[in-house]
Amino acid sequence: MEASTTTVTVGRSGLERPAASRLPDQAVKWGLSGLAAAILILIVYFFIRLIGESHNVFSQYGLSFIFGNDWDVNHNIYHGAAMLVGTLVTSAIALVIGVPVAVAAAVYVNELCPRRLRQPLSILVDLLAAVPSVVYGLWGVFVLAPKLLGPEKWFASTFSFIPWIGGGTPTLYNYFLAGLILAIMLLPIVSAISREVIATVPAEHKEAALALGATRWEMIRMAVLPYSRAGITGGAMLGLGRALGETIAVFLVIGAAPTIGAHLFSQGNTFAAVIAAEFGEAQGIHISALFAAGLVLFVLTLIVNVIARWFVARGSHGTRGTGATGMTIAPSEGS
Amino acid sequence: MSISATSLPQVSARRRWNDKIMRGALLAATVVALIPLILIVYFLLKRGLSAWTSSGFFTTDPTGSFFGNPGGIRSAILGSLLMVVLASVIAIPVGIGVALYLTEYGRDSWFANLVRYFVDVMTGVPSIMFGLFIYIVLVTAHVGGGFTAWKGSVALSLLMIPIVVRSAEVVLLLVPGSLREAALALGAPRWRVITKVVLPTAAPGLVTGSLLAVARGMGETAPLLFTVTFAFGLTYNLGTLMNSLPVEIFNDIQSPRSAIVTRAWGAGLTLVAIVLLLNVIARFIASRSRRA
Repeated sequence: MEASTTTVTVGRSGLERPAASRLPDQAVKWGLSGLAAAILILIVYFFIRLIGESHNVFSQYGLSFIFGNDWDVNHNIYHGAAMLVGTLVTSAIALVIGVPVAVAAAVYVNELCPRRLRQPLSILVDLLAAVPSVVYGLWGVFVLAPKLLGPEKWFASTFSFIPWIGGGTPTLYNYFLAGLILAIMLLPIVSAISREVIATVPAEHKEAALALGATRWEMIRMAVLPYSRAGITGGAMLGLGRALGETIAVFLVIGAAPTIGAHLFSQGNTFAAVIAAEFGEAQGIHISALFAAGLVLFVLTLIVNVIARWFVARGSHGTRGTGATGMTIAPSEGS
Repeated sequence: MSISATSLPQVSARRRWNDKIMRGALLAATVVALIPLILIVYFLLKRGLSAWTSSGFFTTDPTGSFFGNPGGIRSAILGSLLMVVLASVIAIPVGIGVALYLTEYGRDSWFANLVRYFVDVMTGVPSIMFGLFIYIVLVTAHVGGGFTAWKGSVALSLLMIPIVVRSAEVVLLLVPGSLREAALALGAPRWRVITKVVLPTAAPGLVTGSLLAVARGMGETAPLLFTVTFAFGLTYNLGTLMNSLPVEIFNDIQSPRSAIVTRAWGAGLTLVAIVLLLNVIARFIASRSRRA
């Protein structure tokens, strides 16, 4: 044993590169490691700076910055409950509308549609992700908002018995409109991840279900969906993270109200939208309040993303997810 | 997969109906998912093309005068391209570098996994946060002036880096280990293996991922609002304010004048056309390299 070790050592030293030619190797190694470390440092540094910049707002308002219901720039009152509620309500609407459609489209593309159509359909749904958010805003302001106002009025008066949803008078820009546009924006993300997760369902599971006499739908319900549930949940959470932080499109169609809206079709505000709206002319404590809004948003999206990653990791069944970022490289994974 | 029904008892009518209805519902959902895209493209073409055909749309800058000729979008297009090129020059090497660290050196070490996790977290950070970050670190600190174009590029690059890293890592992992081992066995040092074997093999995939990141950066408004703001005139100086397509659209949407809103549609069509073109090129390269 010992003898063989010595021979190896002797043999290696004969072949060993001179120190000078090993230098670039070390440089590349440490250079790349440094680059990776810089990413970590950058995020941590940003977090610390953000806390520092918004510190005086939290020391002045405490928790009422988040839960107080009045945002009045003229009187220097910064209580962001309207933004918190607006952020959560619009994102919830987006999830309720967007996720079922996205998952159903993913199931259809993977399990039911003719093989020829699979890739074109995937690409078309993915293309929604390529539309910039300002273009969604443009479309929302000049097409969707005026066209939806009539149906919204009809809906609110017909279902006036449902609290919060019906009864009020819809405004041109409102929670529902913002939520609907967010739903469209998170559709490609949730759909792409769902497609990937569904593609990992083992063929044996599906064939077993079919062999036992299940119809196609029963096969989907009993074999495909349970297997991919965790991954789909993770995808929905990633979509939620996106919806929480979406700025420009929401800013254009939310209406910038200083207090919590009375019903589904009333104006509201979100953290991201208020930053975009007021950043230009903000000074002093006002700008700190906007940074504080940014901090709350940052923490909110971080929490959602951490939970989402956990679900996606659990749902990918040991394989490292490729397109968990919502940016699939390959248009379709095949089956 | 289908089994001849003759030898088996019939599936009950209720289950058959259920199957039909649910299949129909899934198909309907897929159609619903496609409607927004169709509508957006339709309205962009309908309202944007009339702006495209107006004289001087691509050859003049926005004038900024409210009553007179609103002008075109030349400075917005060139400004966007310029800033995104600088952002790509930063983000693509850094992103591929980090991905190389993850696949070639870090692998499954705790540090590599930590980096992977942080990169994932970065993809989920709203784009407005990168704008705020650069505003705090570079704009308020007056590093080389207040609002400048290169700071917008830095903000965009922060947004693009995680996209490049994620896609590059996937592609680099696809390079067969045997290729690396063969090169190492022939005595090549690690960095030569990376530059001569790993990167060339993965090149098409790296280009695809980078182009998708560029497309993403191209359409972002929020990071630019906080770092570059806006300018009417054309400039090639990255140390000054600069116009860009997303910010131009953002401002024009809020104008009460219909001629300026029409310009927003034209600019929107231009932006979507550029982003789609980048996407199509990326997919084309991806599909060609898969076939080869």
